[in-house]
Amino acid sequence: MNNSARSALALLTFALVTAPAAAQTLTGTLKKIKETGTITVAHRESSIPFSYLDDKQQPIGYAMDLCMKIVDAVKAELKMPALKVRLQPVTSSNRIPLMQNGTIDLECGSTTNSVERQKQVAFGPTYFVINVTAAVKKSSGIHALADLNGKTISTTSGTTSVPLIKKYEKTKNVAVKEIYGKDHAESFLLVADDRAAAFVMDDILLAGQIANSRDPSAYRIIPESLRQEPYSMMLRKDDPQFKALVDRTIGGVMKSGEIERIYAKWFTSPIPPKGINLNFPMTPAIKEAFASPNDKGV
Amino acid sequence: MNLGIFLEQVPDGDGPWWLMLVQGLEWTLAVAALAWIVAFVLGSAIGVARTTDSRWLVRLGNAYVELFRNVPLIVQFFVWFFVVPGLLPPVKRWVVSVDPITYQLITSVVCLGLFTAARLAEQVRAGIQSLSAGQRSAGRALGLTQLQTYRYVLLPMAYRIIIPPLTSELMNLIKNTAVAYSIGLTELFFRTREMGEMTFRYFEAFGAATAIYVAIAFAANRAMALVERKVRVPGYIGGAK
Repeated sequence: MNNSARSALALLTFALVTAPAAAQTLTGTLKKIKETGTITVAHRESSIPFSYLDDKQQPIGYAMDLCMKIVDAVKAELKMPALKVRLQPVTSSNRIPLMQNGTIDLECGSTTNSVERQKQVAFGPTYFVINVTAAVKKSSGIHALADLNGKTISTTSGTTSVPLIKKYEKTKNVAVKEIYGKDHAESFLLVADDRAAAFVMDDILLAGQIANSRDPSAYRIIPESLRQEPYSMMLRKDDPQFKALVDRTIGGVMKSGEIERIYAKWFTSPIPPKGINLNFPMTPAIKEAFASPNDKGV
Repeated sequence: MNLGIFLEQVPDGDGPWWLMLVQGLEWTLAVAALAWIVAFVLGSAIGVARTTDSRWLVRLGNAYVELFRNVPLIVQFFVWFFVVPGLLPPVKRWVVSVDPITYQLITSVVCLGLFTAARLAEQVRAGIQSLSAGQRSAGRALGLTQLQTYRYVLLPMAYRIIIPPLTSELMNLIKNTAVAYSIGLTELFFRTREMGEMTFRYFEAFGAATAIYVAIAFAANRAMALVERKVRVPGYIGGAK
């Protein structure tokens, strides 16, 4: 069954089960939440502006705003206004194991929805679409990915950019030298220090690093794409009740246009803690994702 | 748990996952071996310096040990990889001109070598000071210079005494190479993390890495035990069985 058929079926199932949902026995995550009186929301610590800690060490961000909509929906669904929300920081390495072992119920960060990951976990509707591309110094004279031939490029180890670069090298007959930072800040530092000519990563993360740098005007994001990737909140696999609630809630936010306000708050306005503005207006792919909510992976 | 994952191809890579881990292991062993040489030579020199009569040498040796022992290893990696080239333009020019892998290897060997040298210096100092003062005096009485006294009288015994802690240091060094992941050296831990991130089979990946680290640390332990048996002196520790 392909993805669109699957989501269509999910919608159909959802339509059939919504009405008697309250009377129906709870399963999966909703059952767990009801029994424990707690929902555990996982957040990242520095995925700006999706999910990160503000100056008071509280998790905030675009994904957190959307996840809190889900928490509100859970409260209403289970008639538990006093539901306890536990916030759990996660990293890109531990988010999937922690979801699988039940430590976290909902992950709100910058997680790519991939077909490979869908074998392990489920995803809510796509809330952002990134392009994997490169940030370079304007002074480098690099205008296209092909100009990177023979150059040293940095990327963050363990990210999906690594196989993408290798694939690009093979298909386009381009040779680059890779150098890995252990986090985005270090990868960016390699470019800032002229140790690497380009940092290959998701465009929004590059925009975040540039906005935070000493001289944002010195950098440029190359308007090309190695791949588009949808970001979404992560849920446990095979949990139709909770998945239906997430799809309905986030789908509603998108259809009602409320998403435009939330998007503008995080991507085109100054954000805490430093008041930087990412200046990242909606791309056509993002508009498309909001117009027809889906959980298609790449 | 499904061990078949190790036979699967790395996406857009050049082989199956087990081969990636083995290639990582090669880097781990290469870095550990080179860093051990640096640490042994430098650590011995500093350890000796700290037991000489020269107050100046003793202070210099103490300062070195305190500096390198008191700063966390991951911070030292960061300093060697990012801060040193940033502060010294000639280093920066050289770093940019060489292949990144070369610089990662050199940084790892230098960083781990200097860090472990501080620990070794402490062991060597302890070994020399554990000998009775009469040994040094005997060397002098025979007309040996200070250098000769160390070479023929003090160090041969001191090294034998400190073989057990040296074994620990060697095993620590092998395990410490994992921190080189932080500067992007594609050693065993880097490959393990990469395999986890890409396949989401963390259990298998880290299980394999654990087994490999245990195996090489154990092999190092056995090798040092063999050295210990071969060089023992009858009548001294470990030699009187």
